[in-house]
Amino acid sequence: MTLATPALPSRSLHFNPQLKRNRTDKIFTSIAALFSLIAVMPLLLVLVYVLIQGGKLISVSLFTQLPPAPGLEGGGIANAIIGTFVVTLVASLIAIPVGVGGGIFLAEYSSSGWFAQFIRVGNDILAGVPSIICGVFVYSAIVATRVFFGQSYSAMAGGMALAVLMLPTVIKTTDEALKLVPQELSWGAIGVGASKFVTITRITLPSAFTPIATGVVLAIARAAGETAPLIFTALFSPFWPEGLFNPIASMSVLIFNFAIMPYEAQNSLAWAASFVLVMLILGANLLARFIRRFASS
Amino acid sequence: MVIRSESGEDQFTLRNRPRSERTIDVGFKLLTIVLASLVAVVLLCIFLTVFNGAQEAMASFGLSFLVTSGWDPVNSQYGAFTAIYGTLVSSLLALLIAVPISLGTAIFITENLIPRNLREVIGMMVELLAAIPSVVLGLWAIFVMEPLLRPFLQFLYQSLGWFPLFSSPPQGPGMAPAVLILVVMILPIMTAISRDALNQVPMELRQGAYGVGSTRWIAIFNVILPAAISSIIGGVMLALGRAMGETMAVTMIIGNSTNFSWSLLAPGNTISAMLANQFGEADGIQVSALLYAALILMVLTFAVNILAQWIVGKFSLKYN
Repeated sequence: MTLATPALPSRSLHFNPQLKRNRTDKIFTSIAALFSLIAVMPLLLVLVYVLIQGGKLISVSLFTQLPPAPGLEGGGIANAIIGTFVVTLVASLIAIPVGVGGGIFLAEYSSSGWFAQFIRVGNDILAGVPSIICGVFVYSAIVATRVFFGQSYSAMAGGMALAVLMLPTVIKTTDEALKLVPQELSWGAIGVGASKFVTITRITLPSAFTPIATGVVLAIARAAGETAPLIFTALFSPFWPEGLFNPIASMSVLIFNFAIMPYEAQNSLAWAASFVLVMLILGANLLARFIRRFASS
Repeated sequence: MVIRSESGEDQFTLRNRPRSERTIDVGFKLLTIVLASLVAVVLLCIFLTVFNGAQEAMASFGLSFLVTSGWDPVNSQYGAFTAIYGTLVSSLLALLIAVPISLGTAIFITENLIPRNLREVIGMMVELLAAIPSVVLGLWAIFVMEPLLRPFLQFLYQSLGWFPLFSSPPQGPGMAPAVLILVVMILPIMTAISRDALNQVPMELRQGAYGVGSTRWIAIFNVILPAAISSIIGGVMLALGRAMGETMAVTMIIGNSTNFSWSLLAPGNTISAMLANQFGEADGIQVSALLYAALILMVLTFAVNILAQWIVGKFSLKYN
C-alpha cells in the first residue's frame, strides 16, 4: 500500500520571496539598516574631524604653554587641561560622597518608604534639570553673593555646579547597584553579629563596588565635558590656575570661547582641545566598559 | 545573659551591643538621611533661586512676557516669545527626525537581523556618541556640518521660498542646523531606551507571533512594538526634555537672534542659548527677565519629565 500524499497547494510551505509580505519585509529591513547607518554616521564624522583637525596641533607646546592673545599664533592649552582636572576633581569630591551616601540610604535603610520614594522622584527631576540652569543657580547662590572670601567667579563655584550635575547619576547608580546585592549576604553578616554599619561598609558596599565604580567613572567623564554650568561660574582665564577661589580655564569653555573667535589660531586650538577632551572622555568610557567586562568574567 | 543547654553547659552568650557601636550605627543612618535629603534641598534651592530672581520681571512684564517677542536691553523691554518658540520648535522638530531613526536602529540591533557582534558594535557606537561633549558637537557643527548643509538649505530657499518656514536666505547659523545637531544629541538616549524596551519584550510573544505565521515585520509592528510602546514613549519624552535644555551645541549654531522669524533658515534663539549668551553680562532687570525665561524652561522640562515617568508607570505592561 502506498500512502497518498495529501494534496497541498504546491510549494506553499516554501519561502517565496516574491510574495508581497516578504517584499515588504525586505523593504523595512533595508530602512532599518539605513537608519542604523545614519545613527552611527555622526560619531564617525565627528571623530574623524576631531582626529584630523585636532591631531595636527598635537605637540609638546600644546601641553606646556598658555593660550596666545587673540590674533597671535602658537601657544597651548596647558592651563585649560589643568583647569578641567581641578574643576572635575572638586565636583567628584563633593558629588561622590554625597551621592554614595544618599544611595546607601535609599537602598539599605528605606527601600520602599515614602521618604525614599520622594527622594527618588526628586533625584529624577534633578537629573532632568537643564545643565545651564545648574550654572544659573550656582551663579546666583555663590558667584553673585561672593560667599567665598569675597571672590566672585571661582574654580570652586564651577566644581559645585558640576557636582549638582553629577549627583543624580551617582545616587541612581549606587541605589541600583546596592539593590542588586543578594540579600543573603547582609543577612549572613547580621546573623554573625555585625552591626548595620559594618554590614554596609564591609559587605554590601564592596560587593556592589564594580557597578558603582562604572557609574561614577561615566558621571565624571560626562562632567568633564560639560560647558554650560561653567561659563558663568568658573568663567575662563588666560593665565595659569591661581587656586580654587579664582576664575579658572577649562577645556570645554576654551572650545566654546575659541570656536566663535574670528582668528584661525584660536579656532585650531579649539580643535586641539576637542581632541584632548574627546580622547580623555572616550578613554574613561572604555575604562568603564572594561571594569564592567572584567567584573562579569 | 547566658543561655544554657539542658545539660547545663554554656551554649553561647548574648552580649549587649556596646554603646559606641550603637552610636556609630545611628550616626551613620542619620548621615545617609542627611545626604539623601541634600537632593531635595538642592532641587528646592534651584527652584527658589530662579523663582525669586524672576519676581521682578514677573511683576513688570506679567504673562505677556510669554507672547511678546521684543528683547530690548536699552529700553528694558523684554519678551521671551522668540526663545520659547525656538525652544519648542527646535526640540519638537529634532524629535520628529530622531524618533524614526532611533527606533529603526533599536529594532535593527535587537531583532536578530544581523550577527550578534555587529549588533554590539553598532550599539556601542551609538552609546559612545552620547559621550561626545556637546561643545565639541557645536564646534563640529560650526566648521563642518553647516558649510556642508548650506547648498541644500539654499536649494530649499530657492525652491520652497514661498513657504513661511523657508522664507529667508540661509546665512550660516540658523534654526535648521540647530535642529540637526539636536537630532545627533538625542539619538543615543532614545536608541538606548528603545533598545532596552524591545529587549524586555518576552521571547514568548515573538515565538507566538512567528508561530502563527507572521513575518518579522508583521510581528514587530503588531506584537513587539505595541508591547514596548510605553517605555518607548517614556524615552521620547525624556529625549524631549533633554532637547529643550540642551545648551552649548545649540548656542553655537543657532545664531542667537532676538528677532522673531518663522523661517527655519533664519537665525533663531532658545531659552538656554539666551541664558548662555547673556546671563554673564546682564544686570538689573535683564537678569530678572533671563531668570523668568529660565523658570519657564524649568517648568517645561519638569512637566515633560513628570509626564514621561507617569506614562512609563501607568501604561507599562507587566510581564512575569
